Amino acid sequence: MTVTSTETVVSAALAALTTVRDPELDQPITTLGFVASCTVSGDGQAVVRLRLPTFYCAPNFSYLMAADAYDAVTGVPGVTAAEILLEDHFAAAEINAGVAAQAGFVASFDGEADGELDELRAQFIRKAVMAGTDQVCRPLVDHGATPADLANLTLGAVPASPELDRLRQRRADLGLPAENESPLLLDPLTGNRIPESSVPLHLRKARVTQAGIEANTSMCTGMLKARYPQGWTT
Amino acid sequence: MYTKDGEKYFIVDSHMHYWDATPANWVKGAEQYAKGWIECFHAYQSLGPKETHWTIEKFEGYTEDDLMKDVFEDGHVDIAVFQPTYLKEWYTEGFNTTERNAALGEKHPGKFIANTRFDPRDGDNGLDELRRNVERYGSKGLKLYTAEWNNGSRGYKLSDPATYRFLEAAQNLGIKNVHVHKGPTIWPLDKDAFDVSDVDHAATDFPELNFIVEHVGLPRIEDFCFMATQEPNVYAGLSVVIGGLMHARPKFFAKVMGELLFWVGEDKMTFGSDYGIWEPKWQVEGFVDWQMPDDDELSDYQKLTTATKKKILGLNAARLYDIEVPAECQLATVPSAREAEDSAALVTES
Repeated sequence: MTVTSTETVVSAALAALTTVRDPELDQPITTLGFVASCTVSGDGQAVVRLRLPTFYCAPNFSYLMAADAYDAVTGVPGVTAAEILLEDHFAAAEINAGVAAQAGFVASFDGEADGELDELRAQFIRKAVMAGTDQVCRPLVDHGATPADLANLTLGAVPASPELDRLRQRRADLGLPAENESPLLLDPLTGNRIPESSVPLHLRKARVTQAGIEANTSMCTGMLKARYPQGWTT
Repeated sequence: MYTKDGEKYFIVDSHMHYWDATPANWVKGAEQYAKGWIECFHAYQSLGPKETHWTIEKFEGYTEDDLMKDVFEDGHVDIAVFQPTYLKEWYTEGFNTTERNAALGEKHPGKFIANTRFDPRDGDNGLDELRRNVERYGSKGLKLYTAEWNNGSRGYKLSDPATYRFLEAAQNLGIKNVHVHKGPTIWPLDKDAFDVSDVDHAATDFPELNFIVEHVGLPRIEDFCFMATQEPNVYAGLSVVIGGLMHARPKFFAKVMGELLFWVGEDKMTFGSDYGIWEPKWQVEGFVDWQMPDDDELSDYQKLTTATKKKILGLNAARLYDIEVPAECQLATVPSAREAEDSAALVTES
């Protein structure tokens, strides 16, 4: 393999990593600065080094990001094998070995976990749906939309925006209606429509969820920069 | 006490520490965990103003003199509440024990309130230790760190039957306030360790106890807010909120404060510096000067009054801990709306 084609594979691997999100912050690990490096050898062996804001970041979310990174990179044409190395983390040994063996969370933390992480992931996508609801609805409310208007709006009737695309994607991830004719407002747990009388409280909940994610993201970013002051490209 | 523009603020620092994280106190074989913990705390300090940053060496083992100067002489604090965190799996003598705190407190009568703690996984020995600590140090409050590692376990919930046994014992011993601090691990590990629903259960089942959720449930403020709005005995501990956001991320600080004032309310929010992570001086002075910005995005959040700030900085915690507040620092006695209504009803009836 030539140098040029290796570079192409690295670019493709980095592009694949942009699809891996921090489940709590709902942002790509590449944007957050969690990917310390990504290399691919001449024979297609990829090595991705991950770094997190603290030594004690929760092991379940850390595992999800490492496992998702493995899946993303192994799917890239030209990559023959992938190694994910979470660094400077209290559970790095368990996580790295578990991901390499494709063992799953329960086997990686023998005796310490009751189940895999699907429900945890779904729980945080529901939060992302609430936060996205705030992002999509706030401009509508600022332009005079009433609770009755919002209760009757469909996704297709909302002006296009990246926030709307993201909300639809998160709803689809959960198996919730995300078509043009689907209601804009629904309960992410039950999928039920939000009646007009419940719209103000629903929006309040959406807003505090968005505020919480923003505050956490800002704190995590600050901690990461304090931990790794050098090497910031973004 | 802090005086600004003729207003006198009584300051209760309801969440602070006196730890020993020097390498001499690291457990052999667990050095990486002890080092990782204190380095993580040290990184949080970087979110405060640059001139208040310490070297890691000072941060690992600040002295008694440092604390007395930073908290009381310079920091405007009238009464400080010690919140212990043991971490004995990583720190030989403990990170920040009841004994270590109380030994300092005994040298400075009237300055400190020494809270204690329990770990429900310690069984009968833990109950005995709790009883001894409450009797010896007069503790009225507990600090519970649910992510503490203990003999192979990486955490517990407040709703566990074993915890209920300890909460009952604590209540019988006269404990009033339970400060809850969530961390990154729990049993089982596949659950969200930061989830606060266990606090909800305990707060419902122990209505006589007050539950102060430190760092307002961050990173789960939404769950915390929904709970606090339904539970009259749940409070928002502002440790980390002021220290970690007010300087570094003012816009997000404004949003978080706006949400807390809406859902929890100014009567149930308590200041805590989290010293030695952050010094109280800049937090107290900055918060007294702070106001919800005039920004479209923040326009429906409540503005803060001087009374709001006095409550948050000291009067609310003084009520929780029965601390006598000098008359000059108390709020002017304006009858509350309900008292006014009651008075009106009496007048009408007579």
